[in-house]
Amino acid sequence: MSDSRSSMRTPLGRVRNLGASHSGTTDFWRQRLTAMAMTLLIVPVLFVILTLVGRNHAGAAQILGSLPIAIILLLFIVASTWHMKIGMQVVIEDYVHNEKLKLASIMANNFFCAAVALASIYALLKLSSGV
Amino acid sequence: MVEFALPKNSKISGGKTWPKPAGATETREFKIYRWNPDDGKNPSVDTYYVDTNDCGPMVLDGLIWIKNHIDPTLTFRRSCREGVCGSCAMNIDGQNTLACTKSMHDVKDGAVKVNPLPHQPVVKDLVPDLTNFYAQYASIEPWLKTVTPTPQKEWKQSHEDREKLDGLYECILCACCSTSCPSYWWNSERFLGPAALLQATRWVTDSRDEATGERLDNLEDPFRLYRCHTIMNCAKACPKGLNPSEAIAELKLKLVERQM
Repeated sequence: MSDSRSSMRTPLGRVRNLGASHSGTTDFWRQRLTAMAMTLLIVPVLFVILTLVGRNHAGAAQILGSLPIAIILLLFIVASTWHMKIGMQVVIEDYVHNEKLKLASIMANNFFCAAVALASIYALLKLSSGV
Repeated sequence: MVEFALPKNSKISGGKTWPKPAGATETREFKIYRWNPDDGKNPSVDTYYVDTNDCGPMVLDGLIWIKNHIDPTLTFRRSCREGVCGSCAMNIDGQNTLACTKSMHDVKDGAVKVNPLPHQPVVKDLVPDLTNFYAQYASIEPWLKTVTPTPQKEWKQSHEDREKLDGLYECILCACCSTSCPSYWWNSERFLGPAALLQATRWVTDSRDEATGERLDNLEDPFRLYRCHTIMNCAKACPKGLNPSEAIAELKLKLVERQM
């Protein structure tokens, strides 16, 4: 915060500051939603990964070509990267207090999570479509 | 970034060991944080010996004994000496609690270590500056807010609705919970902290209040409310046995509820 305790603002003025942002509940809900989704998806995802162990490219493409398997993996990618994004943002907001660094970190976090999600989805679609 | 080490002028160095009281047969060692804003020195930890045969059983009795018999400059807040006013909140043996309800015999090994409440500016010795803490309490507007004209007699409330305030209204604002919360340490200027949020829940829960929505609006913020990560140090520290963590969870639940 730019406001230090040495400022001449009243204590209540400092606490009220810019007011409530009326946000946060959506992220709070989504973090729990994605956690629940991952809890449900982790067993089928592990099962798919175990069946993939030791197979060559063609064998893997055949398994991932199955629609239910591809959908389970896609859902897991979306849930986990979304969860990762929200979780990391919470850590940044907790510990990074320099406003510019905080904004840059949150931006980088968004970019990184989007990149991980898109790369994973692209790889999965490529494999499952047999291209 | 968040600071994990004390600033240079807050580092504790040295300290005086005061002589044992003459003629005492049983003594208890106290190690007490000292800082005087007027001498320009860093804080120190002084060692005192309390004559336990001439002193009550609580840590506050020990502190008062030291002030009366050894060192009148030792500074701390106290008033009711029975766990009602919340003035003597301090960190005893690594735990925030009230000096008046903590028995020195419950501190098992070695000296009774007494420090001011953590992560607050110190005014002197064991007296923290709680200006921000009180302003946060004021910011949740802890009074009944209504639009309906005031009735001739009292605002009525059913027994069931009154029971919902149990576990919320008993807070004495001693600040043990807020100053034990890591989220509050890192973001005390923006996170309202467990004590203020417990009181916010008390007013959001009150069936007579007509400003529930506005109250929730004022709390719905990533920093004011959602810095709480359910660490639960608050519930562990509360000398009144309250659970601010649960109260905060109720607020979060209500905020989700009104979106669904």
